[in-house]
Amino acid sequence: MSSSRLEILNDGGLRHDARRPYELRSTSFALSTQSNAEGSSTVTQGLTTIAVSVYGPREPRSRANASHDRAVISVEVGVVPWAQGGGGGMKRTRGDKRLQEIGAAIRQTFEPVIMTHLYPRSEIAIHVQVLSADGGILPTSINATTLALISAGISLTDYVTSISIGLHLTQPLLDLSQPEESDLPSLVVASLPSSGKITLAQMETRLHVDRFQEMMDLGVEACKVLKDEMEGVVKEKTRKIVERMDVRGVAVEEQ
Amino acid sequence: MAAVATSTAPSGSSTTKPHPPITILKRSRADIPVSQNKFLKKTARGKVLNILRERYVRDDIPCGFEGCTLCNEFPGFRSVLPAQGYSQQKKYGGGEGHWLVIDTNIVLHQMDLLTALPISLPLIIPSTTIRETRHRSLPLYNRLQQLIQDEERCIWVWWNEERRETATLPKESEDGAKEGINDKNDRAIRQTLHFYPEHLAASTSKAPKLVLLTDDRRNREVADAEGLAAVSAREYVDGMIGEDRERLVDLVVGGVDEVSTAEKKGKRIYQDYLPQDTLTAGVKTGRFHQGHFNANQYNYLEGTVNVPGLNKPVLLVGREAMNRSVNGDVVIVEILPESQWKAPGSEVVDQDLALRDDDADDDESPGLAEKEKQKAKEEKMDVDQATKRKPQAVLPTGRVVGVVKRNWRAYVCHIDRSSLSDAALTSLSQQTVFATPLSTSLPRIRLRTRQAPQLLDQKILVTIDSWSINSRYPDGHFVRALGKVESKEAEQESLLLEYEVPYRPFGRAILGCLPVEGDKWVVPPKSAENLAWRDREDLRDLLICSIDPPGCQDIDDALHARKLPNGNIEAGVHIADVSHFVHPDNPMDSEAASRGTTVYLVDKRIDMLPALLGTNLCSLRPFVERLAFSVIWELDQDANIVKVRFVKSVIASKEAFTYEAAQVRKDNKSLKDPLTDSIRLLNHLAIKLKAARMRAGALSLSSPELKIHLNSSESAEPIDVEQKEQRETNSLVEEFMLLANISVAAKIQETFPATAVLRRHCPPPKTNFEALQDILQKRKNMTLDVSSSGALAASLDACVDPKEPEFNTLVRIMATRCMLSAEYFCSGSVSKETYGHYGLASPIYTHFTSPIRRYADVLAHRQLAAAINYTPLHPSLQSKSHVEKTLNVVNKRHRLAQMAGRASVEFYVGLALKARGAKTGQGDGGSREEAFVIRTFKNGLAVFVSKLGLEGLITFAKDTHDFDAENYTINVPTANGDKVGISVFDKITVDISIEKDVNTQRGKVKMVMVSPVNSELLQTHKPVP
Repeated sequence: MSSSRLEILNDGGLRHDARRPYELRSTSFALSTQSNAEGSSTVTQGLTTIAVSVYGPREPRSRANASHDRAVISVEVGVVPWAQGGGGGMKRTRGDKRLQEIGAAIRQTFEPVIMTHLYPRSEIAIHVQVLSADGGILPTSINATTLALISAGISLTDYVTSISIGLHLTQPLLDLSQPEESDLPSLVVASLPSSGKITLAQMETRLHVDRFQEMMDLGVEACKVLKDEMEGVVKEKTRKIVERMDVRGVAVEEQ
Repeated sequence: MAAVATSTAPSGSSTTKPHPPITILKRSRADIPVSQNKFLKKTARGKVLNILRERYVRDDIPCGFEGCTLCNEFPGFRSVLPAQGYSQQKKYGGGEGHWLVIDTNIVLHQMDLLTALPISLPLIIPSTTIRETRHRSLPLYNRLQQLIQDEERCIWVWWNEERRETATLPKESEDGAKEGINDKNDRAIRQTLHFYPEHLAASTSKAPKLVLLTDDRRNREVADAEGLAAVSAREYVDGMIGEDRERLVDLVVGGVDEVSTAEKKGKRIYQDYLPQDTLTAGVKTGRFHQGHFNANQYNYLEGTVNVPGLNKPVLLVGREAMNRSVNGDVVIVEILPESQWKAPGSEVVDQDLALRDDDADDDESPGLAEKEKQKAKEEKMDVDQATKRKPQAVLPTGRVVGVVKRNWRAYVCHIDRSSLSDAALTSLSQQTVFATPLSTSLPRIRLRTRQAPQLLDQKILVTIDSWSINSRYPDGHFVRALGKVESKEAEQESLLLEYEVPYRPFGRAILGCLPVEGDKWVVPPKSAENLAWRDREDLRDLLICSIDPPGCQDIDDALHARKLPNGNIEAGVHIADVSHFVHPDNPMDSEAASRGTTVYLVDKRIDMLPALLGTNLCSLRPFVERLAFSVIWELDQDANIVKVRFVKSVIASKEAFTYEAAQVRKDNKSLKDPLTDSIRLLNHLAIKLKAARMRAGALSLSSPELKIHLNSSESAEPIDVEQKEQRETNSLVEEFMLLANISVAAKIQETFPATAVLRRHCPPPKTNFEALQDILQKRKNMTLDVSSSGALAASLDACVDPKEPEFNTLVRIMATRCMLSAEYFCSGSVSKETYGHYGLASPIYTHFTSPIRRYADVLAHRQLAAAINYTPLHPSLQSKSHVEKTLNVVNKRHRLAQMAGRASVEFYVGLALKARGAKTGQGDGGSREEAFVIRTFKNGLAVFVSKLGLEGLITFAKDTHDFDAENYTINVPTANGDKVGISVFDKITVDISIEKDVNTQRGKVKMVMVSPVNSELLQTHKPVP
């Protein structure tokens, strides 16, 4: 009801927040935002902000879950009580079915990407915290998890980036906001941008089969854009660290 | 948007369509203040939500100026706004002329003026205006969209909220009070006027001036203070130069002086509407009821509202109870206590006559009020009596406490001559007059115009603007003149407008969807790789023929039949393959969907599809190859279906018969050729099919069908009228079309249970027949069994009066009027038990056989094509809500088209009568016919002339007769003082003539009873001395 009067795509080809169909929301990626975790990141896409902390590889908390030849991955998703941006009215607590589902999706996305065989008999714990929500919780969580894993120094075969794609009549829209998400059929794609492989494709609404391929391809392409953006941030961060280490080296030389 | 990350060129894979690069829209730190839109919202449950939405501001919104050097690279740029602005205006005409920026209140109140503005006047519409309009009124929003899409006009939509320079934020004043939403929007629009001159300065040194058009005085004052040019609609039009001023000046709504006069008159006639919250709450708790207001066309002081939850309509008696509602409005009524419930009045009260002395300038003519009171008193007594006698006729009464949605549109009217003083007939000053709408169920509209004398003999279009509590009549404004009264063009256009038939020629975008070959298009030669032949069956060798009314150009169906070796018969119905040409979701398709149906008037056809398709490429004309969608059955000798299949095909019709020619050919025993044989075979099957249908309980109903003889196709002067003849071949075609429709319905319902396009006819509620049953019982001692359609059919067959062969037809016509009308529906939206078609006694039905002239058939074609795996189903046809929405439009159009067709026939019957009168030398026209009484009123009779299909009213003076409502009889004194009883179903003789009402210029059918009594002597309204 709230969105019945909302124009998804107006005659000027603009969406309700003045983006064009192929434009993603403003992003900000920050690495190592939490010092007590091995790796962490905070990712903001539009008004959706998600913080992820990665603990491990460490000894598994329960023996039963351990595996002798690889690391196990556990994901927990939480939502802060005030994370209701965009008016979605989302009230979720730990153990909520939907949150568990998002957790499972994240775990399945990363299982094939993390080189788990390098860390036998250990556990990698991923804690996802939704700080504010305005659509695209799952894709943003996946992007944040990638960065957190990188900052934890865990071996990955590739970046994993993710995006939601909606369909308005025949026009695909990228990176949906909350009001769009509640109005349109949508698809979430996570892919490995270097190879173009898809590790996750999730739909909760019906979508016409003729449009599926087109949207999927678009999603993969958008993932590449996101990856370039992420890579820039990671490299910049690394450069700074190296610089800081170099300062001492240079100083020594000068002496 | 400080930096934009661009993707590498789209990957080489050929599967993706080319599209603009995918980018991340980065927000710079400076934009953060405007990046969020925070507001509170109250949900339906009364909960308040705090909503935060993100928004971006852009630099690449184009300004639309033809010489702009900054914007011409931006997506969506078109050069619309000319360097030389509009200069035909006294105040703003100098230099480079001006462009106009419009405010929301202009769209909301001056829409007619907007559409009539000169095409060359450049208009900038800020997106704030569009959004606010959309929020306030969807119909006006749609009209605005139409205006914007008109490519001939210089209209530029300026997305002001999206552009960085003109984006606005809610502002807090110094004392901390928040700025209201209206003030904010006004400010946003003014911001546009600040932006443009600065922006244009970069590209040109001589830019046109920007003028803000607004009727909001405060906004104008603020604009003046900010150094902007702002003007009201009235002032602007007043300052225009040349004939545009004359043309536009009447279209301006309201204006300062009018408002003040309304305020001056303090006397209240109507109650205020209750506030919206109270109304919604009241409806929810059941204290109020919501429904459509139907004005009574016989009595202007009475109306009914059908509300859900009550099985009888709520009766509204008197002006105060109707409280300014106009026919078709969605209103909220409060039910009065049961002690005040009444039966509807049984008197004819004609507004034109009762109120002819009312003064347009003055609401308080005392004489009128007295008269109406008197009448109300008498009425009350009568009603009380009726109430006592007939408790079952009592209806709950109520009064309107609020209007949810106005159904106001442009109405076709005449100027009421009596509202004009003699002096005014030559004066060009502005004066107030009454416009009387064509439809009797609408109130008169008060109108201010400067051109009253010119408009006197014209049909004009008038819209209602407002109806204040202290005005007896609504206020309206003149839209345009249609032409002289009784000229054919004016009458035809008024008909189309009155029934909202979209009759504009097809636009360029629509014609662009036609095949490029135009009328040279032919079925391509048969080959495996040709797309048109993919999965198509070659039926060109079959002996297919079409049977249609004479002069039919849009032939959508053709038939064939042949004997099979196993003794069974193969019969096929071939329908024009419209869906091959009309693809979903293109401009032609959306136009067809909004037109819904082809409208047939007596001498004109308003096509649903462009003529090239309708009468040529899709039309199954003889001797050429055409694409078709075929339904082919194997039937046994008793016409039972053994097998049915559906296939896209190519056919070549061998002959196009008229009904008459086919009949003659079939009856001619000497002809033995295969084509004639196949017609006989079809006829043989049709008889069996019809018998089976009748056994199942199908109704054969009747409504008068007339044929108008026209003099020649050019002059279109009607000469005479006769009833249409029904031949055996009519029924032949009908039976096969029914069979095809039923077969297709079953197939698409099976394949798409949620979204199949079907048609149903609900069984009428038994109460609908109560009145007819009672009349039949009392007058003719006959009974009508309405327990099922079969029983009804049987008892209708039994209603025969040996002396009156037409009596049975009359009863059928009256029974038909008791029924509900058939409608299209989406199979997923109703329960399966209610799919049935009552009239045809079929459990399932759809329309498949006339895709050229009905849109529902096009949808059925698409679904059937998907059901046989010919094409995938378009996503829109899988969405229940979309199908429902489309079918609602089609249903409405269908109903209006029928009414328009009937009205057109009525108009021509009138003309024919006149012509006939002229021939017989009776002066103003007239003819003597036999008529049946179909309803008795307290002061008159409603009669039906079956020969002309015409209904008319005969009124008597009140004091000379008595009325027996119980027996539907009215006792009328004869010349020698005896009394003669006239009852329903009696046959009387009437003189029919066309009389022109002096006040309204409306040609009226006037009926005078000549036997048994001459009613001329009993007229209600004796000429005033």
